Amino acid sequence: MIENGIGASVRRKEDQRFLIGKGNYTDDINVAGQTHAVFVRSPHAHAEIKGIDCSDALAAPGVVAVLTGDDLAADGIGPLICGVTVTSDDGEPHRAPAHPALAQGKVNYVGDHVAIVIAETRAQARDAAELVDVDYSVLPAVIDTGSAADSGQPQIHEVAPDNVCYNWPFGDKEGVEAAFAGAHKVSKLDLVNNRMVTNPMEPRAALGEYNQGMDEITLHLTTQNPHVHRLVLSAFNQLAPEHKLRVVGPDVGGGFGAKIFVYAEELVVGWACRKIKRPVKWNGDRTEAFLADAHGRDHVSTAEMAMDENGKFLAMRVQTQANLGAYLSTFSTMVPSYLYAFLLAGQYSTPLIYSEVKAVFTNTAPVDACRGAGRPEATYLVERLVDICAADMGLDPAEIRRRNFIPVDAFPYQTPVVQCYDSGDYPAALDKAMELADYSGFSARAEEAKSRGKLRGIGLSSYVEACGIAPSAAVGQLGAGVGLWESAQVRFNPTGNVQVFTGTHSHGQGHETTFAQLVCDQLGVPIENIEVIHGDTARTQFGMGTYGSRSLAVGGVAIARACDKLIAKGKKIAAHALEAAEGDIEFVDGNFSVAGTDKAMNIAEVAFTAYVPHSYPEGVEPGFDENAFFDPTNFSFPAGTHICEVEVDPDTGVVEVVKYSAVDDFGRLINPMIVEGQVHGGIAHGVGQALLEGCSYDSEGQLVTASYMDYAMPRADNLPSFDIDYAPTNPPDNPLGVKGCGEAGAIGAPPAVINAISNALGVRHIDMPATPEAVWRAAQQAAAVSA
Amino acid sequence: MYEFNYRKVDSVAAAVEAMQQAEDGKFVAGGQTMLPTMKHRLASPSDLIDLGGVAELTVVNVEDGNLTVGAMTTHAAVAASAEVQRAIPALARLAGNIGDPAVRNRGTIGGSIANHDPAADYPAAVIALGATVQTSKRAIPAEEFFTGMFETALEEDEIVTSVSFPLPEAAAYMKFENPASRYAIVGVFVAKTGGEVRVGVTGATACAHRGLLLEEAMGGELDASGIDSVELPVEQMNSDIHASAEYRAHLVKVMTKRAVEACR
Repeated sequence: MIENGIGASVRRKEDQRFLIGKGNYTDDINVAGQTHAVFVRSPHAHAEIKGIDCSDALAAPGVVAVLTGDDLAADGIGPLICGVTVTSDDGEPHRAPAHPALAQGKVNYVGDHVAIVIAETRAQARDAAELVDVDYSVLPAVIDTGSAADSGQPQIHEVAPDNVCYNWPFGDKEGVEAAFAGAHKVSKLDLVNNRMVTNPMEPRAALGEYNQGMDEITLHLTTQNPHVHRLVLSAFNQLAPEHKLRVVGPDVGGGFGAKIFVYAEELVVGWACRKIKRPVKWNGDRTEAFLADAHGRDHVSTAEMAMDENGKFLAMRVQTQANLGAYLSTFSTMVPSYLYAFLLAGQYSTPLIYSEVKAVFTNTAPVDACRGAGRPEATYLVERLVDICAADMGLDPAEIRRRNFIPVDAFPYQTPVVQCYDSGDYPAALDKAMELADYSGFSARAEEAKSRGKLRGIGLSSYVEACGIAPSAAVGQLGAGVGLWESAQVRFNPTGNVQVFTGTHSHGQGHETTFAQLVCDQLGVPIENIEVIHGDTARTQFGMGTYGSRSLAVGGVAIARACDKLIAKGKKIAAHALEAAEGDIEFVDGNFSVAGTDKAMNIAEVAFTAYVPHSYPEGVEPGFDENAFFDPTNFSFPAGTHICEVEVDPDTGVVEVVKYSAVDDFGRLINPMIVEGQVHGGIAHGVGQALLEGCSYDSEGQLVTASYMDYAMPRADNLPSFDIDYAPTNPPDNPLGVKGCGEAGAIGAPPAVINAISNALGVRHIDMPATPEAVWRAAQQAAAVSA
Repeated sequence: MYEFNYRKVDSVAAAVEAMQQAEDGKFVAGGQTMLPTMKHRLASPSDLIDLGGVAELTVVNVEDGNLTVGAMTTHAAVAASAEVQRAIPALARLAGNIGDPAVRNRGTIGGSIANHDPAADYPAAVIALGATVQTSKRAIPAEEFFTGMFETALEEDEIVTSVSFPLPEAAAYMKFENPASRYAIVGVFVAKTGGEVRVGVTGATACAHRGLLLEEAMGGELDASGIDSVELPVEQMNSDIHASAEYRAHLVKVMTKRAVEACR
């Protein structure tokens, strides 16, 4: 057993620099001659631009440049792209309106970027930005998701009649209809998945530097995927050729999806620094983060389940209208389609599923992936519907789940919606969660709560998600513009310490520790001698970055494969040095030894020999430095059961989460402490969506929740201490046996919370966020009905 | 933030003089509302006159049946003050639950009441306890001090110097927090002083006010049994994405009942 290897709760190596305030975030970086940029943004949700007068701004103190969409177009830069094609029901690709990085003639949401003002100081840039005179002719706006495609609505984009991006039917419609026609019972639910602002702690930022001598641009960005940024900015936005563009994502303070995408500000800063031949820095403020980061979720759906007399699911039918906002963000189209409809089977053996997704444009900020991305929406819909089914059949929510679970012996299990689940033991997780939650003791607790005037409720959520994104061939067939493999390079230095270069990116996940543990475990190198390097296209090989809980399941395997190559090479070097046959060399715990003898050398000595090959095997290259690329053969499918218990104060509608139990299958855990942290954060995120977070625009498209004064994030006192356990299975498709854990809480929690509130109130449904007033009204109605 | 002149003074008189000289000056106490407002460029005073160095404004004492709290006493200091905890424990608890630790360590009682955010906590206590606001010019009874949303009886160059609270026989504050800002969606302070029961309400309407209908229903006693049947004027209640007018009116009654309960 190697110390600090797989399974050890090693303290996070990266935390030292964060705890002493020596992190290196984009805004910490300042360079000589730096200018400061401020963006002029639209105050209107929908307006024509009749003209832009920059003369007063240009004359203001310290102003270096004021640039608009005309300047950008003249230089042939942009527009921004969406990287995934979804085919609409008319056989045509989704409608893709132009997305200029600075508005050209029209603005389509409050916060839309109109001009960049660059000055010697940030204060001067802000002052001058107020002097840019934009002549707007305001147009009526489309805000509401559910009615955006109705006739008579204002049109946002000419290329998208009725504001529809795509209509995407998926599944066996006739089979589903026949099953519904013959069903014993049909349960139905209308539900909304509320829009969220993603809210990473660090706002987005960009620092562009142009090296005129080399004709190179270096862009420091708040990015989850520096190489993807470089690829898109280069190949699609014409910023600079890839070899003349360096993208660095230094320390990044949280992403949750919002920093995957290539944003206008990033492209414009990169272009502007070359144009003015001075470094340009933009540091977004919190208001800009609310207005112009991609938002998440925002679905309006109807879900129906057909059942037989035993409550067995025969078929499911779903209609969803999904809001994509004003323009298509980088991966927006795939979120309410492939990442959503392919998870609608949930943990159940429902044989027939049919869904119709209508994606619509509105005059709101673009919507894209946010922690879970499509899977929380699918899980919320399925797990709410299953509770409705239980109520309609007079079954306990646990019992109806149990009756419909995919059996343990059915894995790998081909769902009717594309995905083939790798491994799972859903009853085991349910049983363990029910035990952890003391499910059988609930009625006594509810009675006790009643004596205190509180309504106590319990709710289950049995979720499954698709992580380890993704097999390149599969996503290619679906219309993705990229492959989703991952890369690694494991480099020994002559003195025996190790640098691990990963194509993934850490923005809080603890990769510098987890990946070091992998290498420590496999190569037997002490963990303090291993450094994980990521986030700089000039230092690391091409990689796809971090999202979709992919870093360990895909990137970790690439690291392991590179280590395999080092071991294979090391055996040749050791065999030569130890005067033995290569086939007799064993590698255990960092030592190459000749089987059956005490002749051995450790891996550091092998590395030294490889760099000082005075006596060396013939035909073997010097150096001890290997790379590997790993393309998964399947997604991974984490799953589990979460159980939430709430107490409702019927006089005020306040919901207190009093108990929360989670049992997850993440496969093998590399660092249980980090996994637990991810679960805690995910549950907090999910409870936040269920109870607190409601991104709200008024009818004119002004963002009402544009600060923390009105947008409620979950805080410690909104949450109980969590009870967490695991019910792991071994996914056969993943060489490390790992599944991914970063999004599970955000996926599992919302239906568990809402199921618990519905149970407490004795109501069929309540939409998220279940605010005190909404809960109070539901309690009033329920009391009136029962009276 | 726009540029401004920063002036630090060490006496009330110097502060008043600085204000009279300024083109468009503002006093700043803890700055917990002023500075964010300036940062968002929603306020642009020519001069910011910092009262932080005025020692005479930080006195806390009990004399002649009154608790006097200097205007520059922070919420954290009020919460932690043994004298306040002994004299009016409900006031110490109120102060200890304003905002977050950063706000409590900077924000002051004088700044809070002079700003008169309609969702601030202190105004409810000032009204229910029948306090007197002492200024650089005069003494103002609580009920005359709060005149409207972000409006008070203060003149431009007038500074709150202290607030004097008659000691109550019983008092309690109940706050229903905005889940985002943690300001009061509704806050109700109930106090029985000199045999009289008074109710101060904040958050519910445009201006912190005395809950006369609620007091009437209690008939001068700490008796909440009649509260349910009070019909509060819903049309005067604030309404926003967090709470409708109807819900606020309901919460005023719930918080009143709970405050009465806590007084007993």
